Amino acid sequence: MNFWIIQGLNGLAFGSLLFILASGFSLIFGLMRIVNLSHGAYFMLGAYVGVSAIEAGVNFWIAILIGGGAICILGTLIERFILRRLNGQPLAQVLVTLGIAFIIADTCVWIWTGDPRPVPMPRELAGALRVSNLAFPIYRLFVIGVAFALAAALWLLLERSRLGAMIRAGVDDLPMARAMGIRTSLLFSAVFCLGSALAGAGGVLAGPILSVYPGLDSDMLPLALVVVILGGVGSLVGAFVGSLLIGFIYSYGQALFPDLAYVILFLPMVLVLTLRPTGLFGRQAI
Amino acid sequence: MDTDALAISGLNAFYGESHVLHNLSFNLKKGQVLGLLGRNGAGKTTCISAIMGLVKVKAARVELFGQSIAGMSPESISLNGVGLVPQGRRIFPSLTVYENLTVAARRGLSQQGPGWGLEQVYATFPRLSERRRQLAGSLSGGEQQMLAICRALMTNPRLILFDEPSEGLAPQIVAEVATVLKQLRDSGLSIILVEQNIKLALEIADEVVVLNTGYVAHAGDANSLRSNDRLVEQLLGVY
Repeated sequence: MNFWIIQGLNGLAFGSLLFILASGFSLIFGLMRIVNLSHGAYFMLGAYVGVSAIEAGVNFWIAILIGGGAICILGTLIERFILRRLNGQPLAQVLVTLGIAFIIADTCVWIWTGDPRPVPMPRELAGALRVSNLAFPIYRLFVIGVAFALAAALWLLLERSRLGAMIRAGVDDLPMARAMGIRTSLLFSAVFCLGSALAGAGGVLAGPILSVYPGLDSDMLPLALVVVILGGVGSLVGAFVGSLLIGFIYSYGQALFPDLAYVILFLPMVLVLTLRPTGLFGRQAI
Repeated sequence: MDTDALAISGLNAFYGESHVLHNLSFNLKKGQVLGLLGRNGAGKTTCISAIMGLVKVKAARVELFGQSIAGMSPESISLNGVGLVPQGRRIFPSLTVYENLTVAARRGLSQQGPGWGLEQVYATFPRLSERRRQLAGSLSGGEQQMLAICRALMTNPRLILFDEPSEGLAPQIVAEVATVLKQLRDSGLSIILVEQNIKLALEIADEVVVLNTGYVAHAGDANSLRSNDRLVEQLLGVY
């Protein structure tokens, strides 16, 4: 019984990290029709930037802001000066984002070497919460709280604000949104900037749990992809449910059938795509 | 001298290699309705898309109230006061009725008076008010058409493009759409109306342009067609 509860909490915590990554990925995919294959690299680079900030003596919380801010700036520049030039050429965009992912990964090895970097936990969240004979790491509970708060904030932004309505209109029918006078290029920048910031900040936040190492990007990206395909492109609720689902599957799968980890992860994706091609919460075909 | 609401000359449009609009030229006087007619595939929707900036055009002069809009992005053309009621309605299905109306709502350029706002729309179309919290995708076809019209009106355009507003609607709803079109015409809005329903179009239009495979086959005032069934048959009849 304890095994199930502890692994469940681990799954929830991992799913929470995944949501922070996948929510931005899904929004960018849904609105801009860009499969941003650099998104995993943004996550890793954010984590490395955060590690360097912490090693330079910066407080953990400020390091999250620095990691998020740095990737936000990088993502905005990439969107403005590279992706925008390739408007309407999805294949070129995908290839460019893949190339950028490789460049970031190599640059990270060059700057931070190939050794994994542990990320110290903020002192105030170290330790565990004890309930009868179970110990829950406080930091994981905190990460879960952050993801739920983020989900609520993003939901309010998307569902209850005019900006959110514009974004959803763009996801529904981009040419029509433009023909109604919605300045979609500004929307694109805003969404890409937000998604990048979340990826970078999420990387730092994940540090104490996953640590930072070369390959973190390519470990996370396929998971984000599965989440978005499972949940439906551009759907926030889908990204949330999909993240938690994959978090649980990942956590239990790793513990119960470590040899089949990828089968267990990707089988649900294949099933959902076969039975419901738009994903669990998706509106339109990809 | 009054400038035209829309002046087009030498408009060419392509889909890939195929040349779909050939040197179109026509003018729409301010406050008038231009019926853009033609058989299926004549290029009517392409023409509307070209005016809206949704398809690339070549070597064209497109002037909106004397100002060139050729080559502008759809959002700039919209912000310059062109409203679009597209073919197939294309309301935003995952937005509520209220959100569809307000997402792009704005005051018109040099607008006097209240113009079109939520109050006016709800007063004119009580059904939309009743359903304002519903997702637009769940509306009936007729309701979606009203919503598409109102979504365009909420941007308070100077020129509004209707692309087959009666398509696929029950006769009763078509009559309702016709009433709305007449009201808009009488309010002084400049309108381009693409219609397969010739009777409806001739009832409302002041001028007509008939397209045939991307060329202008006929242009004149609507009376010239109203009183000439043989010409209508020749230009628009089914072979």
